[in-house]
Amino acid sequence: MAIGIRIEHLRKVYDSPPPSAARGGGFSFTAQRSAGKGEKKKKFEVVALEDVSLEIRAGEIFGLLGPNGAGKSTTIGILTTRTRPTGGRAFVGEFDVWKEQVSAKRLIGVVPQRPNLDFALTAREILLFHGAYFGQSARERTRRTDELLEKFKLTDRADHMVRNFSGGMMQRMSIARAMMHDPEVLFLDEPSAGLDPQTRLLLWEIIRDYNRAGKTIVLTTHYMDEADALCDRLAIIDHGRIIAQGTPRELKSSIPGGYLLRVRFDRLPDDLMAGLRALPGVTEVRSADHIAADLYADRGGPLIAGIAGAAQEAGVTLCDVHIAEPSLETLFLHHTGRSLRD
Amino acid sequence: MNWKTFFALLSRDGHVARRNLLPMLLQNLLQPLLLTFVFGRVLTASGMMRTGFKSVLLPGVMAISMVLSGIQAVAMPVIAEFQFTREIEDRLLAPIATAWLGVAKIVTGMVQALVAGLVVIPAAWLMMGSDISIDFSHPLTFAAICLLVALCSASGGLALGCSVGQTQIGLMFSLIVAPMMMFGCAYYPWSFLAPFPVLKWAVLINPLVYASEGLRGVLAPMVPHIDTLLVLVALVVIDAAFLALGLAKFGKKAVS
Ligand SMILES: Nc1ncnc2c1ncn2[C@@H]1O[C@H](COP(=O)(O)OP(=O)(O)O)[C@@H](O)[C@H]1O
Ligand SMILES: [Mg+2]
Repeated sequence: MAIGIRIEHLRKVYDSPPPSAARGGGFSFTAQRSAGKGEKKKKFEVVALEDVSLEIRAGEIFGLLGPNGAGKSTTIGILTTRTRPTGGRAFVGEFDVWKEQVSAKRLIGVVPQRPNLDFALTAREILLFHGAYFGQSARERTRRTDELLEKFKLTDRADHMVRNFSGGMMQRMSIARAMMHDPEVLFLDEPSAGLDPQTRLLLWEIIRDYNRAGKTIVLTTHYMDEADALCDRLAIIDHGRIIAQGTPRELKSSIPGGYLLRVRFDRLPDDLMAGLRALPGVTEVRSADHIAADLYADRGGPLIAGIAGAAQEAGVTLCDVHIAEPSLETLFLHHTGRSLRD
Repeated sequence: MNWKTFFALLSRDGHVARRNLLPMLLQNLLQPLLLTFVFGRVLTASGMMRTGFKSVLLPGVMAISMVLSGIQAVAMPVIAEFQFTREIEDRLLAPIATAWLGVAKIVTGMVQALVAGLVVIPAAWLMMGSDISIDFSHPLTFAAICLLVALCSASGGLALGCSVGQTQIGLMFSLIVAPMMMFGCAYYPWSFLAPFPVLKWAVLINPLVYASEGLRGVLAPMVPHIDTLLVLVALVVIDAAFLALGLAKFGKKAVS
């Protein structure tokens, strides 16, 4: 039975800087309380999540798409008991993640943004112990460990300490570990960041495979193509707020004039330009170097006949057509006025 | 309570500790044992110290070894595992309340402290020669004190490890651990501090004092020492405080 997830009005305010922004080498047993009496010391505050509500359906691949610092990892952190929400509630299945942590933890597997492998252990030991934490019998954990090491092509390094592994190997190890106890929900925080395109496809296949076994997948990404290709549904998050959610198709068609048709003729007279502008659904036409035109429109394929007709009428040959479907990039731009890549 | 998970966490810590135990023992024991050799062998053989001094030293060195190892066995891994890489995260995701992971750390630390304490007896024997007398007529009291001292150092180690960052380990040792060792009544009985009234009472906040005096009370009862019952009470109080403090700090450090 697959497990769904519900998030209600999550809010998270961090009151200290992220640990990576090191607090300096100083001695800090008392340094925090040096402000004078009465006058309030300016408190550190970062609002990571403003008000996030989401419904992730059982058995789907759900994506959280947003730029760096949008609050993706914070959302994953709250859903996986690693971050305490300032307000709101989160449920994995029927369990309130914060109140019934142990029951929730049983259902989930987590691939963190940065690998956090146990450096005191070998690859094999990491999987064996992980299985043991989840109460697997010795036989079961040995079988599963061998299976996963094989699947992630780590068998020949199984008895090496992971501290010497390359980034890619650590990443594979993290995923293998998260799958070790066969969790109902798998969280992956930016799983394909820094992977080469080929490995990324392999990763997608592994994720789809796991999903086909009836598991719910929640992943974060800042790659639009990944969100588009992999996710059944997704939410776009920015500055701690969900700005849009739905299937990739719904999201893309939610903005008017989302299609882009790039056409090329043997020449481009003014009356053809006018004819193109007059086509139904076309919002804007821009000409480029006298033979090409970019049409922004609310439809793609259905316009081709009209374009061909207009070309014939003007006595011009249509040489090339390329249809770009509405992209999430366009959507993000539409909602925030910024590009996702910024 | 999820015992399977708890024992798995324990066995992971045990597995890692086994690899580090010998280097840690050497590191923690070398200095006290050399001191034991100089004070207990060289100076007593030369007649500058009375032979009875050996009986003062042995329980003290044992106390130092236990306390130092217990603190280190918990604090160092905790600091490392909560570092930037957050190696501990996987265990925090194990299906068990996070406090139990802290308890597992304390139990592993206690076992290491006990081992470190017990190896002192044969080692000191070698260093100081055989004319040293140890009293074993109160094995239960001895066991109780050992357990309380081990718990005290391990839970103190947890509290320390959760309050200190990687960059502050050196400071932790020179500002907290080193003075503790010197003013822990390990190399002299507490009663020797009588000429220093302020110091005499000030050192009583140091848990090592109770460890040294308690072990002295059971192993070398002829040497002056703080009443064993008082030591037991003090250790129980300190243990409860450190345990509560250590687990609270651990719980806070475990979530962001
Ligand atoms: N542990 C932390 N302590 C303090 N601030 C944090 C912490 N983690 C994240 N933040 C801040 O919260 C905001 C959201 O971060 P995050 O959830 O990591 O975003 P994303 O994963 O989408 O890049 C950022 O401004 C980040 O600096
Ligand atoms: Mg992130």
